Amino acid sequence: MRTRTLIRLSVILSVVGLTTAALAASADDFKAALAKAEAANKQAGALKNQWTTTKDELKAAQKAAASGNFDEAVKHANQAEALAKASIAQSKAEETAWTAAIVR
Amino acid sequence: MLRQIFVAAVFVLGTAQPLLADNAVDPNADFKAFREYFTKRFPKVPLNDFVNGPYSMDEGLRNQWKSIEEFPPYEFAVEHGKERFAKPFKNGKTLGDCFPNKGIGIRQNYPYFDTKSGEVITLELALNQCLEANGEKPLDYSSQDMAALTAYMAFTSRGKPFDIKIPNDPRALAAYRSGEQYFYTRRGQLNFSCASCHVQNPGGHIRTEVLAPALGILNAMPIYRSTWENMGTITRRFRTCNSQVRGVPLPGQDVLYRNVEYYLSYMGNGLPISGPSARP
Repeated sequence: MRTRTLIRLSVILSVVGLTTAALAASADDFKAALAKAEAANKQAGALKNQWTTTKDELKAAQKAAASGNFDEAVKHANQAEALAKASIAQSKAEETAWTAAIVR
Repeated sequence: MLRQIFVAAVFVLGTAQPLLADNAVDPNADFKAFREYFTKRFPKVPLNDFVNGPYSMDEGLRNQWKSIEEFPPYEFAVEHGKERFAKPFKNGKTLGDCFPNKGIGIRQNYPYFDTKSGEVITLELALNQCLEANGEKPLDYSSQDMAALTAYMAFTSRGKPFDIKIPNDPRALAAYRSGEQYFYTRRGQLNFSCASCHVQNPGGHIRTEVLAPALGILNAMPIYRSTWENMGTITRRFRTCNSQVRGVPLPGQDVLYRNVEYYLSYMGNGLPISGPSARP
Protein backbone atom coordinates (compact mmCIF):
# COMPACT_ATOMS: atom_id res chain seq x y z
CA MET A 1 0.00 0.00 0.00
CA ARG A 2 2.77 2.35 1.05
CA THR A 3 4.81 1.43 -2.08
CA ARG A 4 1.80 2.17 -4.30
CA THR A 5 1.33 5.58 -2.74
CA LEU A 6 4.98 6.35 -3.19
CA ILE A 7 4.84 5.34 -6.86
CA ARG A 8 1.74 7.48 -7.40
CA LEU A 9 3.37 10.42 -5.72
CA SER A 10 6.55 10.11 -7.74
CA VAL A 11 4.52 9.93 -10.99
CA ILE A 12 2.60 13.07 -10.06
CA LEU A 13 5.78 14.89 -9.13
CA SER A 14 7.50 13.96 -12.38
CA VAL A 15 4.47 15.14 -14.42
CA VAL A 16 4.38 18.44 -12.52
CA GLY A 17 8.15 18.82 -12.95
CA LEU A 18 8.02 18.13 -16.67
CA THR A 19 5.10 20.57 -17.15
CA THR A 20 6.92 23.31 -15.27
CA ALA A 21 10.04 22.70 -17.32
CA ALA A 22 7.97 22.89 -20.49
CA LEU A 23 6.40 26.21 -19.41
CA ALA A 24 9.65 27.91 -18.41
CA ALA A 25 10.88 30.33 -21.07
CA SER A 26 14.20 29.75 -22.76
CA ALA A 27 16.81 32.13 -24.14
CA ASP A 28 15.37 31.49 -27.59
CA ASP A 29 11.87 32.41 -26.44
CA PHE A 30 13.29 35.64 -25.10
CA LYS A 31 15.16 36.37 -28.33
CA ALA A 32 11.99 35.84 -30.37
CA ALA A 33 9.90 38.04 -28.07
CA LEU A 34 12.58 40.73 -28.04
CA ALA A 35 12.84 40.74 -31.83
CA LYS A 36 9.08 41.26 -32.14
CA ALA A 37 9.11 44.06 -29.57
CA GLU A 38 12.07 45.79 -31.19
CA ALA A 39 10.51 45.56 -34.64
CA ALA A 40 7.30 47.17 -33.37
CA ASN A 41 9.26 49.86 -31.55
CA LYS A 42 11.28 50.57 -34.69
CA GLN A 43 8.03 51.09 -36.56
CA ALA A 44 6.90 53.52 -33.83
CA GLY A 45 10.25 55.29 -34.25
CA ALA A 46 9.63 55.72 -37.96
CA LEU A 47 6.37 57.44 -36.98
CA LYS A 48 8.32 59.57 -34.49
CA ASN A 49 6.15 58.34 -31.69
CA GLN A 50 8.02 55.98 -29.42
CA TRP A 51 6.91 55.81 -25.82
CA THR A 52 9.29 56.03 -22.88
CA THR A 53 7.48 53.13 -21.26
CA THR A 54 8.29 50.87 -24.23
CA LYS A 55 11.93 51.75 -23.80
CA ASP A 56 11.71 50.97 -20.05
CA GLU A 57 10.15 47.56 -20.71
CA LEU A 58 12.83 46.72 -23.28
CA LYS A 59 15.53 47.61 -20.77
CA ALA A 60 13.83 45.53 -18.08
CA ALA A 61 13.59 42.60 -20.49
CA GLN A 62 17.29 42.72 -21.30
CA LYS A 63 18.20 43.08 -17.64
CA ALA A 64 16.11 40.03 -16.70
CA ALA A 65 17.61 38.03 -19.58
CA ALA A 66 21.12 38.97 -18.49
CA SER A 67 20.41 37.53 -15.05
CA GLY A 68 19.03 34.34 -16.61
CA ASN A 69 15.41 34.98 -15.68
CA PHE A 70 13.86 34.30 -19.08
CA ASP A 71 10.30 34.08 -17.81
CA GLU A 72 10.55 37.63 -16.57
CA ALA A 73 12.45 38.70 -19.69
CA VAL A 74 9.76 37.37 -22.02
CA LYS A 75 7.06 39.02 -19.91
CA HIS A 76 8.76 42.43 -20.25
CA ALA A 77 9.45 41.93 -23.97
CA ASN A 78 5.78 41.10 -24.58
CA GLN A 79 4.76 44.14 -22.61
CA ALA A 80 7.15 46.27 -24.69
CA GLU A 81 5.64 44.90 -27.88
CA ALA A 82 2.12 45.67 -26.67
CA LEU A 83 3.12 49.24 -25.78
CA ALA A 84 4.88 49.77 -29.11
CA LYS A 85 1.81 48.51 -30.95
CA ALA A 86 -0.36 50.90 -28.94
CA SER A 87 1.88 53.83 -29.90
CA ILE A 88 1.62 52.82 -33.58
CA ALA A 89 -2.17 52.64 -33.27
CA GLN A 90 -2.15 56.08 -31.65
CA SER A 91 -0.15 57.52 -34.55
CA LYS A 92 -2.44 55.94 -37.13
CA ALA A 93 -5.54 57.27 -35.38
CA GLU A 94 -4.04 60.74 -35.01
CA GLU A 95 -3.20 60.98 -38.72
CA THR A 96 -6.73 62.24 -39.21
CA ALA A 97 -8.06 62.81 -35.68
CA TRP A 98 -5.78 65.81 -34.99
CA THR A 99 -7.75 68.11 -37.29
CA ALA A 100 -10.78 67.85 -34.98
CA ALA A 101 -8.81 69.71 -32.29
CA ILE A 102 -7.83 72.71 -34.43
CA VAL A 103 -9.09 76.04 -33.16
CA ARG A 104 -11.35 77.36 -35.90
CA MET B 1 -23.38 55.71 -70.43
CA LEU B 2 -23.23 59.52 -70.48
CA ARG B 3 -25.69 59.61 -67.64
CA GLN B 4 -23.47 57.28 -65.58
CA ILE B 5 -20.41 59.44 -66.22
CA PHE B 6 -22.37 62.53 -65.20
CA VAL B 7 -23.56 60.90 -61.97
CA ALA B 8 -20.03 59.73 -61.18
CA ALA B 9 -18.62 63.21 -61.84
CA VAL B 10 -21.21 64.84 -59.59
CA PHE B 11 -20.40 62.34 -56.86
CA VAL B 12 -16.65 62.88 -57.11
CA LEU B 13 -16.95 66.67 -57.11
CA GLY B 14 -19.47 66.59 -54.31
CA THR B 15 -17.23 64.58 -52.03
CA ALA B 16 -13.93 66.14 -53.04
CA GLN B 17 -14.87 69.74 -52.32
CA PRO B 18 -15.39 69.42 -48.56
CA LEU B 19 -12.12 67.49 -48.35
CA LEU B 20 -10.27 70.21 -50.20
CA ALA B 21 -11.82 72.88 -47.99
CA ASP B 22 -10.86 70.96 -44.85
CA ASN B 23 -7.26 70.46 -45.93
CA ALA B 24 -6.69 73.98 -47.26
CA VAL B 25 -3.85 75.70 -45.42
CA ASP B 26 -4.77 79.22 -44.42
CA PRO B 27 -2.33 80.59 -41.82
CA ASN B 28 -4.08 83.93 -41.70
CA ALA B 29 -7.46 82.37 -40.87
CA ASP B 30 -5.76 80.11 -38.28
CA PHE B 31 -4.09 83.14 -36.73
CA LYS B 32 -7.36 85.04 -36.38
CA ALA B 33 -9.23 82.04 -34.94
CA PHE B 34 -6.38 81.27 -32.52
CA ARG B 35 -6.22 84.80 -31.19
CA GLU B 36 -9.98 85.10 -30.92
CA TYR B 37 -10.17 81.83 -29.00
CA PHE B 38 -7.81 83.08 -26.29
CA THR B 39 -9.09 86.63 -26.07
CA LYS B 40 -12.69 85.42 -25.76
CA ARG B 41 -11.78 82.78 -23.22
CA PHE B 42 -9.75 85.22 -21.11
CA PRO B 43 -11.42 88.60 -21.73
CA LYS B 44 -9.74 90.19 -18.71
CA VAL B 45 -6.21 89.39 -19.87
CA PRO B 46 -4.73 92.26 -21.91
CA LEU B 47 -3.53 90.94 -25.28
CA ASN B 48 0.16 91.64 -24.70
CA ASP B 49 0.01 89.99 -21.29
CA PHE B 50 -0.46 86.52 -22.81
CA VAL B 51 3.31 86.43 -23.38
CA ASN B 52 3.70 86.24 -19.60
CA GLY B 53 2.30 82.73 -19.63
CA PRO B 54 1.07 81.42 -16.27
CA TYR B 55 1.45 84.88 -14.69
CA SER B 56 -1.30 86.17 -16.94
CA MET B 57 -3.58 83.43 -15.61
CA ASP B 58 -2.93 83.41 -11.86
CA GLU B 59 -2.83 86.40 -9.53
CA GLY B 60 -0.78 84.69 -6.81
CA LEU B 61 1.88 83.56 -9.26
CA ARG B 62 1.95 87.01 -10.80
CA ASN B 63 2.81 88.58 -7.46
CA GLN B 64 5.63 86.09 -6.92
CA TRP B 65 6.92 86.81 -10.41
CA LYS B 66 7.01 90.55 -9.75
CA SER B 67 9.27 89.92 -6.76
CA ILE B 68 11.44 87.53 -8.80
CA GLU B 69 11.86 90.15 -11.52
CA GLU B 70 13.59 92.46 -9.02
CA PHE B 71 16.60 90.14 -9.28
CA PRO B 72 15.88 88.15 -12.43
CA PRO B 73 17.43 84.68 -12.35
CA TYR B 74 18.14 84.82 -16.12
CA GLU B 75 20.37 87.88 -15.75
CA PHE B 76 23.55 85.78 -15.52
CA ALA B 77 22.59 83.98 -18.72
CA VAL B 78 22.14 87.30 -20.54
CA GLU B 79 25.57 88.44 -19.40
CA HIS B 80 27.18 85.14 -20.31
CA GLY B 81 25.40 85.15 -23.67
CA LYS B 82 26.61 88.66 -24.41
CA GLU B 83 30.22 87.67 -23.77
CA ARG B 84 29.90 84.43 -25.72
CA PHE B 85 28.27 86.28 -28.60
CA ALA B 86 31.13 88.75 -28.87
CA LYS B 87 33.90 86.18 -28.38
CA PRO B 88 35.91 85.90 -31.63
CA PHE B 89 36.19 82.54 -33.38
CA LYS B 90 39.60 81.13 -34.32
CA ASN B 91 39.20 82.90 -37.67
CA GLY B 92 38.61 86.25 -35.96
CA LYS B 93 34.92 86.51 -36.86
CA THR B 94 32.10 86.50 -34.31
CA LEU B 95 28.56 85.17 -34.17
CA GLY B 96 27.29 88.65 -34.97
CA ASP B 97 28.88 88.39 -38.42
CA CYS B 98 26.40 85.66 -39.40
CA PHE B 99 23.27 87.69 -38.68
CA PRO B 100 21.54 90.77 -40.04
CA ASN B 101 22.22 93.88 -37.92
CA LYS B 102 25.04 91.93 -36.25
CA GLY B 103 22.41 89.87 -34.44
CA ILE B 104 21.04 92.74 -32.39
CA GLY B 105 17.25 93.15 -32.13
CA ILE B 106 16.42 90.40 -34.63
CA ARG B 107 15.03 87.59 -32.49
CA GLN B 108 11.45 88.49 -33.49
CA ASN B 109 12.17 87.38 -37.08
CA TYR B 110 13.02 83.79 -36.12
CA PRO B 111 12.15 81.17 -37.17
CA TYR B 112 11.97 81.96 -40.85
CA PHE B 113 11.43 79.83 -43.90
CA ASP B 114 14.57 79.63 -46.00
CA THR B 115 13.51 79.39 -49.63
CA LYS B 116 16.99 78.23 -50.68
CA SER B 117 17.16 75.16 -48.47
CA GLY B 118 13.38 74.75 -48.33
CA GLU B 119 13.33 74.43 -44.55
CA VAL B 120 12.56 76.29 -41.36
CA ILE B 121 15.54 77.99 -39.74
CA THR B 122 15.18 78.65 -36.04
CA LEU B 123 17.46 80.92 -34.05
CA GLU B 124 19.07 77.94 -32.33
CA LEU B 125 19.77 76.27 -35.66
CA ALA B 126 21.10 79.50 -37.18
CA LEU B 127 23.52 79.87 -34.26
CA ASN B 128 24.87 76.37 -34.76
CA GLN B 129 25.05 76.82 -38.53
CA CYS B 130 27.13 79.93 -37.90
CA LEU B 131 29.47 78.10 -35.54
CA GLU B 132 29.97 75.24 -37.97
CA ALA B 133 30.45 77.54 -40.97
CA ASN B 134 33.29 79.15 -39.05
CA GLY B 135 34.98 75.91 -38.06
CA GLU B 136 33.67 75.95 -34.48
CA LYS B 137 31.99 73.14 -32.58
CA PRO B 138 28.18 73.31 -32.59
CA LEU B 139 26.41 73.55 -29.24
CA ASP B 140 24.01 71.08 -27.72
CA TYR B 141 20.53 72.51 -28.31
CA SER B 142 19.57 72.08 -24.68
CA SER B 143 22.84 73.43 -23.28
CA GLN B 144 23.28 76.42 -21.00
CA ASP B 145 25.51 78.07 -23.62
CA MET B 146 22.78 77.85 -26.25
CA ALA B 147 20.26 79.18 -23.74
CA ALA B 148 22.60 82.05 -22.84
CA LEU B 149 23.09 83.05 -26.48
CA THR B 150 19.38 83.02 -27.25
CA ALA B 151 18.68 84.81 -23.95
CA TYR B 152 21.01 87.61 -24.95
CA MET B 153 19.56 87.86 -28.45
CA ALA B 154 15.99 87.85 -27.09
CA PHE B 155 16.96 90.51 -24.57
CA THR B 156 18.07 92.82 -27.40
CA SER B 157 14.65 92.30 -29.02
CA ARG B 158 12.48 92.86 -25.98
CA GLY B 159 9.25 94.64 -26.79
CA LYS B 160 9.56 94.05 -30.52
CA PRO B 161 6.55 92.21 -31.94
CA PHE B 162 6.99 88.72 -33.36
CA ASP B 163 7.12 89.08 -37.13
CA ILE B 164 7.10 85.60 -38.61
CA LYS B 165 6.50 85.41 -42.32
CA ILE B 166 5.15 82.56 -44.37
CA PRO B 167 6.28 83.13 -47.94
CA ASN B 168 4.06 82.20 -50.83
CA ASP B 169 5.87 78.93 -51.33
CA PRO B 170 4.12 75.55 -51.10
CA ARG B 171 7.06 74.20 -49.08
CA ALA B 172 6.63 76.95 -46.49
CA LEU B 173 2.92 76.20 -46.22
CA ALA B 174 3.72 72.51 -45.90
CA ALA B 175 6.17 73.25 -43.07
CA TYR B 176 3.55 75.42 -41.36
CA ARG B 177 0.93 72.68 -41.75
CA SER B 178 3.32 70.06 -40.42
CA GLY B 179 3.96 72.26 -37.36
CA GLU B 180 0.24 72.72 -36.84
CA GLN B 181 -0.26 68.96 -37.11
CA TYR B 182 2.48 68.30 -34.57
CA PHE B 183 0.92 70.82 -32.19
CA TYR B 184 -2.51 69.19 -32.26
CA THR B 185 -1.41 65.53 -32.46
CA ARG B 186 -1.75 63.42 -29.34
CA ARG B 187 1.33 61.41 -28.46
CA GLY B 188 3.03 59.55 -25.64
CA GLN B 189 1.44 56.97 -23.39
CA LEU B 190 -0.54 59.71 -21.65
CA ASN B 191 -2.13 60.60 -25.00
CA PHE B 192 -1.58 64.37 -24.76
CA SER B 193 -0.99 66.88 -27.52
CA CYS B 194 0.63 70.28 -27.00
CA ALA B 195 -2.89 71.67 -27.40
CA SER B 196 -4.30 69.44 -24.64
CA CYS B 197 -2.48 71.58 -22.08
CA HIS B 198 -1.89 74.91 -23.78
CA VAL B 199 -5.13 75.36 -25.75
CA GLN B 200 -7.71 73.26 -23.96
CA ASN B 201 -6.51 73.87 -20.39
CA PRO B 202 -4.50 77.09 -20.00
CA GLY B 203 -4.84 78.50 -16.51
CA GLY B 204 -5.62 75.00 -15.22
CA HIS B 205 -3.28 73.02 -13.03
CA ILE B 206 -1.19 69.92 -13.51
CA ARG B 207 -0.18 69.16 -9.97
CA THR B 208 1.13 72.53 -8.74
CA GLU B 209 1.94 73.96 -12.16
CA VAL B 210 -0.30 76.53 -13.83
CA LEU B 211 -0.54 75.80 -17.55
CA ALA B 212 0.50 78.62 -19.85
CA PRO B 213 -1.67 79.66 -22.79
CA ALA B 214 -0.27 78.74 -26.23
CA LEU B 215 -0.82 82.30 -27.41
CA GLY B 216 2.52 84.06 -26.97
CA ILE B 217 4.15 81.05 -25.35
CA LEU B 218 7.34 81.28 -27.44
CA ASN B 219 7.65 85.06 -27.10
CA ALA B 220 9.01 84.43 -23.61
CA MET B 221 11.75 81.98 -24.57
CA PRO B 222 14.31 81.07 -23.41
CA ILE B 223 13.30 80.68 -19.79
CA TYR B 224 14.88 80.22 -16.41
CA ARG B 225 12.86 77.49 -14.73
CA SER B 226 13.02 77.28 -10.96
CA THR B 227 12.23 73.55 -11.26
CA TRP B 228 15.34 73.08 -13.40
CA GLU B 229 17.42 75.63 -11.47
CA ASN B 230 18.83 76.79 -14.79
CA MET B 231 17.95 78.01 -18.26
CA GLY B 232 15.97 76.18 -20.89
CA THR B 233 15.97 76.64 -24.65
CA ILE B 234 12.94 76.04 -26.87
CA THR B 235 14.42 72.66 -27.79
CA ARG B 236 14.70 71.72 -24.13
CA ARG B 237 11.12 72.81 -23.51
CA PHE B 238 9.77 70.69 -26.39
CA ARG B 239 11.80 67.68 -25.36
CA THR B 240 10.64 67.97 -21.75
CA CYS B 241 7.00 68.24 -22.85
CA ASN B 242 7.45 65.03 -24.83
CA SER B 243 8.89 63.10 -21.92
CA GLN B 244 6.26 64.46 -19.53
CA VAL B 245 3.60 62.70 -21.59
CA ARG B 246 5.80 59.58 -21.72
CA GLY B 247 6.91 60.08 -25.29
CA VAL B 248 10.53 59.67 -26.38
CA PRO B 249 11.78 63.17 -27.25
CA LEU B 250 12.98 63.86 -30.79
CA PRO B 251 16.58 64.87 -31.45
CA GLY B 252 17.29 68.57 -30.96
CA GLN B 253 16.11 70.68 -33.92
CA ASP B 254 14.38 67.74 -35.56
CA VAL B 255 12.38 69.02 -38.51
CA LEU B 256 9.15 68.52 -36.54
CA TYR B 257 10.39 70.65 -33.65
CA ARG B 258 11.38 73.38 -36.10
CA ASN B 259 8.03 73.21 -37.84
CA VAL B 260 6.03 73.39 -34.62
CA GLU B 261 8.15 76.37 -33.55
CA TYR B 262 7.35 78.00 -36.89
CA TYR B 263 3.61 77.42 -36.42
CA LEU B 264 3.51 78.57 -32.79
CA SER B 265 5.67 81.63 -33.42
CA TYR B 266 3.38 82.64 -36.26
CA MET B 267 0.45 82.37 -33.83
CA GLY B 268 2.35 84.80 -31.57
CA ASN B 269 2.79 87.38 -34.33
CA GLY B 270 2.23 90.95 -33.20
CA LEU B 271 2.83 90.12 -29.54
CA PRO B 272 6.04 91.46 -27.99
CA ILE B 273 9.17 89.46 -27.34
CA SER B 274 9.39 89.13 -23.56
CA GLY B 275 12.25 86.65 -23.30
CA PRO B 276 14.28 85.75 -21.54
CA SER B 277 11.93 85.13 -18.69
CA ALA B 278 11.46 83.19 -15.50
CA ARG B 279 9.00 80.38 -14.88
CA PRO B 280 8.25 78.32 -11.77
